[in-house]
Amino acid sequence: METRSRGRNFVIEIIMALVALVFLAPFYFLFANSVKSFGEILSNAASWPSKFNWDNYSKAWELARFSEAFRNSALITIVSVILITLFSAMAAYKMVRSNTKFNRILLMLFVMSMVVPFQTIMIPVLKVVNTLGVNNSIWGLLLTNLGLSLPLAVFLFHGFVKSVPLEIEEAATVDGCNPITVFFRIVLPLLKPMMMTIIVLNALAIWNDYLLPSLILQNPSLRTIPLATYSFFGQYTKQWDMALPALAIGILPIVIFYLLLQRYIVEGIAAGSVKG
Amino acid sequence: MRSRKLSHYGQQFFFVGPAVLFFTLVMIIPFLMGMYYSFTDWNGVSGEVTWVGFDNFAKIFSGDPDFWKSFWFTVRFTVLGVVLTNLVGFFLAYFLTKPLKSRNVLRTVFFMPNIIGGLLLGFIWQFIFIKGFSTLGDMTGWSFFQLPWLGDATTGFWAIVMVFVWQYSGYLMVIYIASLSNVSKEVLEAAEIDGASHFQVLRSIIAPLIMPAVTVSLFLAISWSFKMFDLNLSLTKGGPFKSTESVALNIYNEAFLNNRYGLGTAKALLFFVIVAIISLIQVRITKSKEVEA
Repeated sequence: METRSRGRNFVIEIIMALVALVFLAPFYFLFANSVKSFGEILSNAASWPSKFNWDNYSKAWELARFSEAFRNSALITIVSVILITLFSAMAAYKMVRSNTKFNRILLMLFVMSMVVPFQTIMIPVLKVVNTLGVNNSIWGLLLTNLGLSLPLAVFLFHGFVKSVPLEIEEAATVDGCNPITVFFRIVLPLLKPMMMTIIVLNALAIWNDYLLPSLILQNPSLRTIPLATYSFFGQYTKQWDMALPALAIGILPIVIFYLLLQRYIVEGIAAGSVKG
Repeated sequence: MRSRKLSHYGQQFFFVGPAVLFFTLVMIIPFLMGMYYSFTDWNGVSGEVTWVGFDNFAKIFSGDPDFWKSFWFTVRFTVLGVVLTNLVGFFLAYFLTKPLKSRNVLRTVFFMPNIIGGLLLGFIWQFIFIKGFSTLGDMTGWSFFQLPWLGDATTGFWAIVMVFVWQYSGYLMVIYIASLSNVSKEVLEAAEIDGASHFQVLRSIIAPLIMPAVTVSLFLAISWSFKMFDLNLSLTKGGPFKSTESVALNIYNEAFLNNRYGLGTAKALLFFVIVAIISLIQVRITKSKEVEA
């Protein structure tokens, strides 16, 4: 019995390894061809590169203006994620601790807004951004990122705050802490597990987002990585020895981020969706 | 008493204020504006906005075959995308909850496509469909690789489905793994001792117990596939001849290519109503199938 199931597991293991190879194949095609010369890509796209032309990368880096794009993407992602996490934790905390009619209706609106497709508000939101005078600026993108991401984050924190015991806060209040200190010193550190989920979900979504930044940031010097890649790919269509290294540069940071933090990322996402 | 009240409002303002402000500016106001603009002929550029009543909706229902074509495309895509991502995700999870040595590596690999945005994935696959597949076709002689990938409506459709399944099954796998590892080992062993077949165990024991995960996974997959945009834009751009244009892309083109913002918002509002109805129905149905573990 024992050996039979061990043998069966071995077969499953082999089959799963083959499936994993199929899953990885696109990355092989991307990286192997990104260092080939144009002629070699055309003659055989499946072979291992005969010579590694690393200049493909430096050329693509220059032409696509990736150093600016990296700076923009990093700035927008980091600032958005910090503010989303902070504001949603604050709101969720207060909404749980003071169960007023207003806060109940607010939570309902947050939940309802999650069903609204981005396309539904896409056109008028540009009008709002224009009216506030933050079009074609990073401020405009921060504003919209916050508005779009807060509902889910508040909802996730809301479920989590409920499980934080009230006694600790009461003790701190008796000791003379004011509500703001109680929140930042005591409650916020307790929210860490859910915070990881919210950081991961939003960092990936904002780093990868194309549509919203494409509508708000027209100035080429403000381009994020997806925007820079899109415009570069449009210019160098079918010129694979330029397009592929650009794509590889675009995905590399996020693949490294994932491999380093994969446990937190996978668990964070599982926790987020089970609660959601 | 009065100072306590004030401090309540003060706290409410401090803690909830920022979230309410951004939510109002980016969700509530645009949503209400969208409702208004969908009854106008706004072109996005000129300040002149004329009220046209139900004209936009009449136009969509009677004189916009492209919209309905994209709608039909999205429906077919959603059905296949939802079924396939869930099947693949479930079976990956099912095998990864067995005691395999390579479990963690496999989980990392299957989840990986998901962390990369749809736009870049679409471009990577554009290369694979155009160059990679033709090379593989020359090497293996398999007709599957020699099809005119992305060149006609059918291959364009299946190409998007394939990349979509590749991208999202890993995500659903993670949800199914979490749920499957909560199914008690004793129950499964008891069933095995009673002589239940693998299929019977799957159908009568595992399936009902993981229903909450099915609800979540279906909900997510429906919402991803119905709203698909990035992948569509970068892989086929809706072509050839709008044969692979999703509703999200159709709305985008209506507004920003044709400059018909009024008509675009009307379509977007209709899109919201459809998405909301489908999500509600799906959650109702699968919730009713959940059992207490």
